Amino acid sequence: MSHAEPTPAAESAPGEQSSAAEEIIPDPGHVFEAHGQSEADFSAKPILTVDNLKMYFPVKSAGIIRRTIGHVQAVDGVSFEVRKGDSLGLVGESGCGKSTTGRLITRLYKPTAGSIAFEGTDISGYGSRQLLPLRRDIQMIFQDPATSLNPRHTVGSIIGAPLRIHQVVPSDKVLPRVQELLEVVGLNPEHYNRYPHEFSGGQRQRIGIARALTLQPKLLVADEPVSALDVSIQAQVINLLQDLQNEFGIAFLFIAHDLAVVRHFCPEVAVMYLGKIVEIADRDTIYGAPHHPYTQALLSAVPDVRQASIGGRRERIRLEGDVPSPINPPSGCRFRTRCPIARDICARVEPPLMQVGKRHKVACHFAGELGQHPATPVTTGVLGVDDEGHDVAGAQRRSDLLDHPGYQDTWLDLKTGQPVGS
Amino acid sequence: MTHAASSPAPETVPQQRPSGQPFLSVRDLLVHFPTVDGVVKATDGLSFDLARGKTLGIVGESGSGKSVSSSTILGLQRGTRAIVKGEILLDGTDLLSISDEQMRLRRGRDVAMIFQDPLSAMHPYYTVGNQIGEAYMVHHDVSKKAARARAIEMLDRVGIPQPDRRVDDYPHQFSGGMRQRAMIAMGLINDPGLLIADEPTTALDVTVQAQILDLLQDLQREFNSAIIIITHDLGVVAEMADDVLVMYAGRCVEYGPTKEILTQPQMPYTWGLLSSVPDVAGDTESRLVPIPGNPPSLLNPPSGCAFHPRCAHLDKVPGNLCRTDLPDLTPATTGGNHVKRCHLVHPEDVWAKEVLPEIAPELAEQNQEPTA
Repeated sequence: MSHAEPTPAAESAPGEQSSAAEEIIPDPGHVFEAHGQSEADFSAKPILTVDNLKMYFPVKSAGIIRRTIGHVQAVDGVSFEVRKGDSLGLVGESGCGKSTTGRLITRLYKPTAGSIAFEGTDISGYGSRQLLPLRRDIQMIFQDPATSLNPRHTVGSIIGAPLRIHQVVPSDKVLPRVQELLEVVGLNPEHYNRYPHEFSGGQRQRIGIARALTLQPKLLVADEPVSALDVSIQAQVINLLQDLQNEFGIAFLFIAHDLAVVRHFCPEVAVMYLGKIVEIADRDTIYGAPHHPYTQALLSAVPDVRQASIGGRRERIRLEGDVPSPINPPSGCRFRTRCPIARDICARVEPPLMQVGKRHKVACHFAGELGQHPATPVTTGVLGVDDEGHDVAGAQRRSDLLDHPGYQDTWLDLKTGQPVGS
Repeated sequence: MTHAASSPAPETVPQQRPSGQPFLSVRDLLVHFPTVDGVVKATDGLSFDLARGKTLGIVGESGSGKSVSSSTILGLQRGTRAIVKGEILLDGTDLLSISDEQMRLRRGRDVAMIFQDPLSAMHPYYTVGNQIGEAYMVHHDVSKKAARARAIEMLDRVGIPQPDRRVDDYPHQFSGGMRQRAMIAMGLINDPGLLIADEPTTALDVTVQAQILDLLQDLQREFNSAIIIITHDLGVVAEMADDVLVMYAGRCVEYGPTKEILTQPQMPYTWGLLSSVPDVAGDTESRLVPIPGNPPSLLNPPSGCAFHPRCAHLDKVPGNLCRTDLPDLTPATTGGNHVKRCHLVHPEDVWAKEVLPEIAPELAEQNQEPTA
């Protein structure tokens, strides 16, 4: 693939690298060049394509011989795309695998299966040596700024470390660059000599952001970047991230559990449950017309400030119990144990993530707007099963409608049950 | 301790405090911590009332003194070097003047607390049932067996499946939501009249948060407890609290009924809190309006109004008043019990004309129509 070239080439030519690093805005031309065609639906090509990504962590038995007795299926077949300069929000309860997904994309973990295509190159099997040049393009912002900064290093040394490791600028230019970055994130450039504990929580998160920006990444994985901060400081950091995105054209994978923050930041949102994406769509669809019962329950659980003018609590969909263990997830649909509309088919057949609108995919046999869930499964025609979930002889799984990380031009219309085009 | 016997049925609870004496009345509470760097004025003259069956929400940023004030009610500042002044009247008894031993008898029985992080608030070495039962045995002369039975009963009441089996589990074997339920069971086992919930749902997911809030409301109705809920989530306050107290730098800056505070706030800090949270139904194009700067140090709070260095409406007050004079808590123009600590002469105009259009344009339009 042609776009594999830029990164290794940049590594072998340090002169070119340092000149590129001096301009803050990376040249957008060369990314677009690498991709020949552009998709009809969307203005930008995906910078990241994740296809059927899986991460199983082994569970070991106690004792001397620590046999593997099972696997935590933290991420189990996740597919999505992030377009250049866009942001995809990843929401879900704790333990649903959203942070693991982020860590897989930054390749802090090696995936069990599946592919992670960054600018068209599959990086899922890369070794640490191959990953080094890639670290320049994919960076991460961590949740807790207090524990993700080394307390014994000065801020200058923390932010300058990526510059030195990648030899982006000559060593005497590191400090001016660090000060420039401190200014970009709204900190006093003279404070480069201070230690993390001398800063407040919001300022520390800005240091984490400055560190992630040092190498001018094309993709930033932000794992709960504001959840550890006070509300007034949250807004400051969100505004900063938005400014940086507009200025430098960085694509974001924004992981958060705060649905309001995700809605504010991300034009596209994916909802995860127990290692799988259950619904992915543009912002208006997810928040306005969610089709998956879990998304509906999640949204109804968010407390709303505006409720104050009415008083009391809102009517909400109560989800009973806890998320099942990912070591031994339920058969079929993983949400069925808590789903208010689950039937027999849900236990037998796993609902595929199926495109039901121009930019809307949902994984539910009874996908429909709240209160309008259909009486018969909508997935039977696509999966080749009957209403009870038993295989129908001769029927085929229609993989043209399923199994694509991005959006297709044709999708299944829920009302007619027939594929339609745009 | 007559409250358990005298609790009226929830339906008959009067909306306003009965015959002048509120269940909990905090008067000019002051908690100062002397340190080598100076005195930390964590709470500086805080007053509020709370009736049985009612919920008070305390909001504010970290370091605004909200947790310190409430843990003082529980007497957790005893035995430290903290300077505590003022009055905390619970059912007519001043909790600050009684002896440590008397306080110990009341702690957990009359006043109980639910902490933010149940994993660190529970002892990892004892079973959940053991810890819940201990809270019961301290205040009741019962056998271990009876305490255990009572613990199982409470675990069942807070919605833990198979309580007779889970009672012997250790805290780490519980999920986050279940641990918080166990904490609530521990807090409510003695049927306390006052329950202080310090960020009870901050560490939890939204769906679990909704379950816990539902549970707290059900239990409040059942036991007719007064609840103080400390949080930074205005959404939780909007759905749970009858009254709201907004704290900044150790002082109350706005206090009143929830509906008024959240729909017609009259203090720029409350405006800032409301405008810096995105809304699940708001306009996504609009930018968030953060409060500039950082919360002040309580060692050396700003002169005058502590909020003035971060206030966007400083220019609307004549002279240097905000920098030099601490505003008093004065009744807001909406009347009633709504009070605010601000020098602004017509805060309701500033809110309607400047702040509301920026954070919720559609609400501002609605409000315009009736007046037009």
